[in-house]
Amino acid sequence: MTPSKPVPAYLGEVEKRTKRDPSRTKRGKTQWPQTIVTLTAILALVVFALWGGLNPVLLAASIMVAAMPLLLAALGEMVVEKSGVLNLGVEGMMIIGAIAGFAIAVETGSPLLGLVAAAVAGAALSLIFGVLTQVLLANQVATGLALTLFGLGLSALIGQPYSGIKPPAFPRLNIPFLSDLPVIGPILLNHDLLMYITFALLALTWWFLYRARHGLILRSVGENHDAAHALGYNVIVIRLMAIAFGGACAGLGGAALSLIRVPQWTEGMTAGAGWIALAIVVFGAWRPGRVALGAFLFGGVTVLQLNLQAAGLTPLWLLVLGLLLFAVNSTAKSLAESTPAHTRAMIPLWIATLIMGMIATTYPISIQTQYLSMTPYLCTIVVLVVMSADRLRANLNAPASLGRTFHRTG
Amino acid sequence: MMNRRNLLVAAALALGLTGPVLADGHEPLKVGFIYVGPVGDFGWSYEHDQGRLAVEEHFGDKVETTFLESVPEGPDAERAIRQMAQSGHDLIFTTSFGYMNPTLKVAEQFPDVKFEHATGFKRADNVSTYSGRFYEGRTVLGHIAGKMTESNVIGYIASFPIPEVVRGINSAYLAAKAVNPEVEFKIVWVNTWFDPAKEADAANALIEQGADVIMQHTDSPAAMTIAEEKGIYAFGQASDMKQFGPNARLSSIIDNWAPYYIDRVQAVMDGTWESKDTWDGIAPGMTEIGEFSDKIPADVRAEAQAIADAIAAGEMHSFTGPVNKQDGTPWLAAGETADDGTLLGMNFYVEGIEGTLPN
Repeated sequence: MTPSKPVPAYLGEVEKRTKRDPSRTKRGKTQWPQTIVTLTAILALVVFALWGGLNPVLLAASIMVAAMPLLLAALGEMVVEKSGVLNLGVEGMMIIGAIAGFAIAVETGSPLLGLVAAAVAGAALSLIFGVLTQVLLANQVATGLALTLFGLGLSALIGQPYSGIKPPAFPRLNIPFLSDLPVIGPILLNHDLLMYITFALLALTWWFLYRARHGLILRSVGENHDAAHALGYNVIVIRLMAIAFGGACAGLGGAALSLIRVPQWTEGMTAGAGWIALAIVVFGAWRPGRVALGAFLFGGVTVLQLNLQAAGLTPLWLLVLGLLLFAVNSTAKSLAESTPAHTRAMIPLWIATLIMGMIATTYPISIQTQYLSMTPYLCTIVVLVVMSADRLRANLNAPASLGRTFHRTG
Repeated sequence: MMNRRNLLVAAALALGLTGPVLADGHEPLKVGFIYVGPVGDFGWSYEHDQGRLAVEEHFGDKVETTFLESVPEGPDAERAIRQMAQSGHDLIFTTSFGYMNPTLKVAEQFPDVKFEHATGFKRADNVSTYSGRFYEGRTVLGHIAGKMTESNVIGYIASFPIPEVVRGINSAYLAAKAVNPEVEFKIVWVNTWFDPAKEADAANALIEQGADVIMQHTDSPAAMTIAEEKGIYAFGQASDMKQFGPNARLSSIIDNWAPYYIDRVQAVMDGTWESKDTWDGIAPGMTEIGEFSDKIPADVRAEAQAIADAIAAGEMHSFTGPVNKQDGTPWLAAGETADDGTLLGMNFYVEGIEGTLPN
């Protein structure tokens, strides 16, 4: 926020309402359990991977690639929802981005132009939604669903001549020396360009929403569009811009699928990724950091589930890891709040984790494949429940005007 | 012309003159197809659609075909099949295992419509079943895989633990093991027929676990693409998939439905259609082995061809004893071959495969 310009009182309210709880700021006492949990999560995963014969470095790199399309699409949708618009057409915009990026990359031989085309195509499709809902005041839910159907159909039509073609390879950004660093090199510094774009977008979005004046205006439009309108902000234009940004991000997410993760074009190849991105926005409580966490968690569990199978380990280990994290988290919290009664209550939790671990090591329990595929969704739901139980903070964070139609006379 | 005919049909319907109006030979026979994936999957559904196109080409304006693609295996399948039956189709092909019960349910309500269900095992007076003996093809591919692997780890991307898929794993494993005693199968169940991203992730997971040859029983060519990128080998599944992995592809199993579809449409036209079960392998051409890549040494190519020929001639069976089940209990005695009943209900791994079969 630029201090030289006075902030209207209403924006100040928005700032207060959506600001972090002061008790949880950087130097706050309750911050360290979260750090412990994060570190334990990484440590547990590494130890477990090494023990199970998985390569933790390759695993981490795969998780990042699997999370990238979700992260891009979810980030875009988060900005859209922050402006008070619910666009359920993410899946449609993703798949249009996937085919547009693929087609242009094939035609021009340049994957970079492909990315640009994907973003433009996603934004263009989203603007159909934008005009319908913002100018013509169509119902957002219905229009969003229609956008998904439209995108799936249109992409199949455009994609007819592109089946069975190999896209040009993405130049891998190999930074001399740095990319050869052990561990960090393969995980962080040996990816396709889009990975770095994704992280730059993540950082930029955070900065824009929470540090830039325009971001504050965007949030104010999402919180109360009538008040923002009364202050003289053009609600419709701001929302249209947010919608286009969301479309561009979803388009890039689609291109991440068709140009990097799979790389090929097949009809319907997003296979529900857009819907997961929508869920991740809610899961992430409309915060960039948490949205990223959600994308990594979902991508991580998906990849880990397949890797466990390939390594011949029972997927029960996912449960063990989950329990372990929960136990560490709760124990750290109760220790921080120094309530001995709570700490004592942790004992059964630890015993349960231990028993689960013993079961997983001794009995290779046969599990239905449905449950295996369910695990990413299941884990997401569990985390959602645990997080929302935390004083319903997730709900409090939803933009107040989300999904409501704005009319100037309203 | 079209309009007038539609008017006539509408009039006929209005007068209650329902029932087959094709007996005079002038009305085209309406044939419907239901696919589990998109026709552009370049795998399973693609090949069924090739069969549909062959029917159109063969019969010209004597048939009218329609298809519904990407119909999920679940409650929605029943709706899709019923809709097809209601819209005047005379013959409906439902082309995925999961359509079995919905097909039977709808067939009961439409006794005049003929149904053909692929890969299932339940029939009725107006429901036939048909499938390919893909496991015969997998014996050939398993042999090549066993010879070509250097890490001795073969990755296998499996869809659902149904007998057809389990049969494929077992037959590929037995063939690979026969030529390479060190061989190990790593199996990943993805619980879907078609999800390119997930299939690609599974391929990557298997490669990270040391697999240098990948077999798949899912519908998209995603794994082939990954194999090409990572410089390992793979096989086309259901369709040739060569364009996705010019270097990676060793051979393929191609499902050729066209002769069967033409045959069955003809039977309905002639009034000779009756419910039956068809399970054809390499010999009648329903299961085709794709061209062998020149990455395979000439002697291995010759061996693979000899196996395919022997199976086609009925001199060899993919499941010939001695074979034990995974838990060590004997299944086939020396020289004994598996009967179709056991194969159709196969729900166990053979001895040597590690891991537990999901149920």
